[in-house]
Amino acid sequence: MAYRVVHYINQFYAGIGGEEKADVTPEIREGAVGPGMAFKTAFGANAEIVATVVCGDSYFASNMDKASAEIVEMVKKYKPDAFIAGPAFNAGRYGTACGGMCEAISKQLGIPVVSGMYPENPGVELYRKSAWILETPDSAVGMRKAVPAMVKLLLKLLKGEKLGTPAEEGYIERGVRVNKFYDKLAAERCVEMFVAKMKGEPFETEYKMPVFDRVDPQPAVKDMKNAVVALVTSGGICPKGNPDHIEASSASKYGEYDITGVMDLTADKYCTAHGGYDATYADRNADVVLPVDVLRDMEKEGVFKKLHNKFYTTVGNGTAVASAKRFGAEIADKLVADGVTAVILTST
Amino acid sequence: MRLELHRIFVNKLAFGDKTGVEDGTLTIDKKELLALISEDELLGKNLDVDVAMPGESVRIIPVKDVIEPRWKIEGKGQVFPGMISDVDPVGEGKTLVLSGAAVVTAGKIVRFQEGIIDMSGPGADYTPYSKTCNVVLLLEPANPDMDKHDYEAACRMAGLKTAAYLARCCADAAADRVDVFDHPNIREAMTSHAALPKVGYLYMLQTQGLLHDTYLYGVDVKKILPTVLSPLEVMDGAIVSGNCVSACDKNSSYVHQNNPVIADMLKRHGKDFNFVTCIVTNENVTLADKRRSSGFATKLAAMLGLDGIVITEEGFGNPDADLIMNCWKAERLGIKTALLTDEYAGQDGASQSLADSCVEGDACVTAGNANEVVVLPPMEKVLGVPNEANVIAGGWQGSLAADGAITVELQAITGATSELGYTKLGAYTI
Repeated sequence: MAYRVVHYINQFYAGIGGEEKADVTPEIREGAVGPGMAFKTAFGANAEIVATVVCGDSYFASNMDKASAEIVEMVKKYKPDAFIAGPAFNAGRYGTACGGMCEAISKQLGIPVVSGMYPENPGVELYRKSAWILETPDSAVGMRKAVPAMVKLLLKLLKGEKLGTPAEEGYIERGVRVNKFYDKLAAERCVEMFVAKMKGEPFETEYKMPVFDRVDPQPAVKDMKNAVVALVTSGGICPKGNPDHIEASSASKYGEYDITGVMDLTADKYCTAHGGYDATYADRNADVVLPVDVLRDMEKEGVFKKLHNKFYTTVGNGTAVASAKRFGAEIADKLVADGVTAVILTST
Repeated sequence: MRLELHRIFVNKLAFGDKTGVEDGTLTIDKKELLALISEDELLGKNLDVDVAMPGESVRIIPVKDVIEPRWKIEGKGQVFPGMISDVDPVGEGKTLVLSGAAVVTAGKIVRFQEGIIDMSGPGADYTPYSKTCNVVLLLEPANPDMDKHDYEAACRMAGLKTAAYLARCCADAAADRVDVFDHPNIREAMTSHAALPKVGYLYMLQTQGLLHDTYLYGVDVKKILPTVLSPLEVMDGAIVSGNCVSACDKNSSYVHQNNPVIADMLKRHGKDFNFVTCIVTNENVTLADKRRSSGFATKLAAMLGLDGIVITEEGFGNPDADLIMNCWKAERLGIKTALLTDEYAGQDGASQSLADSCVEGDACVTAGNANEVVVLPPMEKVLGVPNEANVIAGGWQGSLAADGAITVELQAITGATSELGYTKLGAYTI
């Protein structure tokens, strides 16, 4: 049986019009429209385009959440096995819409999604982690090449075949690491690469060094006397027994614990959940990681106004940057809402 | 310097009246072995020894260390110097090796923090210790409230004692194969192979405290300044592990004894390069220590006039900073580098794999993403404490299912992403 595919295109490719019609609201039509005809040919008997969503680029850009929710509902009704968007080549708003729809459909319907874009299309940077984006030239001149390549990629995904590298398959690197067993030991691969580098021969690193966000330190607190200070740690300090089961490594969550009236983190009540350092000392006296005792003294002395009555804690050991980013953003929102004006972050 | 490894191949384990080896079967006098490890007053009364063979439906959890049985039959010193033997230098003479056998220390050590070895099923594909005939020591402390550092040391010593004991009992047996290794002194190294680049191996050892420590001739490596070491000393157990947290990328004593980077570099010595020496360094937690050790290790490489070094990391996160400092400091001294590490890219593989970065790190091999999740089906027999799966590094509350299956990240599997490169796992970017 042929796979059921829904296709997303903009107002221009649907033949409605150019920029002057870019505000048309989403609609869905039965069957293939515009570039969908080329897909239809390329699919042959393997798949069919059961419906085509058409949406104006400006409308999508100005109403992303609303448009995307509307379109997901429209698409759902056709019970598709897969979703394709574009190709958008180097059209920025169209690329963003294609990527956004791929992400929404993938998340909510859990079906394979494929788009096609020029590498510099802003949609690539925004959505390459969420969708398979085939690399295309910068204009519709590349349509004839892009369509069969997108179809090939989509059919592989639909059949559950293992995809090769970006270079082999033609998609834009998603930046996702996947394990595999090589023919040689990692030690042999490393010494082999070393020999190539020593000889000045070409070699390909197995991992390109990562790029990090740089976070500028906040300016110093001017009015310390009136500051409300909170403690946040990645050192895993938690109530004894780790009631929320924060993982020893690769944490999936953070804890929020009340320290109203707590003057000192004693061994009978607090410990660490962290698996990445010698926990003996933190278990004996958790203040060495989360200095509640010292801050209570300073609070009494009037160095600052108040120690916030909650602390936030997670385990930094082996925890993905994406998870840490999410924890950080959520904790910051809570602290701001509670009127906290300064935070001491402790790590281990 | 010449070292001969006299290998006796072991493919079967049995309990019997006298410890010894015959026709590939290592027989163990369990009573004598138990008496040996029970000498340590820090260990409890209920110690046990069991065996686990490749292909069996057996799981060992939690695992502390894996050690290859070795014993010096000729030459100076004895295996595991400074630990169970005197402190004299090793690396010369003849050493008997029970190839194919391993001692595995298991039992609860410090809450979470140890690994899993499955002898069959998908988990067995990831751990190199599913291919060895394992003599498993099931250990417990004399007193559950005793100091954890003391207990860790007792477990470590029990494993080393057992490994030496097993090989010592086979000292009279004839070797199945003799491997001969020669390594020149620095003067000879400097005057030979003039056309080849002079290279070294920068051997990073994790040194961050309890269950994160490594020992060199019995010295806690966090207390050393980087130093030179012959690759042959490593084969005699000069480096032993006290290290098993996030067990996937901690170097067991076994993998030190069989360091595959050293093996490959010795093989290529005189052909692709002139392998001058190993430099061992530590991975301490403070910034001053990191700066001092990376500065000192790369200074040694420069003093020796090395053109390039292979650098292996141990662990992840905090030690990534040491790896990166070693890398750029060497490169800026004109010493080319290749790096061997592993990755923590998140369960979805989409986050940064390392915690630090430098542009000089352009030749990097990885042993895979340790955050990848695997399902280990139930085993018929479990040696150890299965519910540790819920708390070990790489597991979570609910990792152990009612039927005995375990869902964990690779990081919980002993040696799965070995940064000495002892496995074939790696990763690529999609």
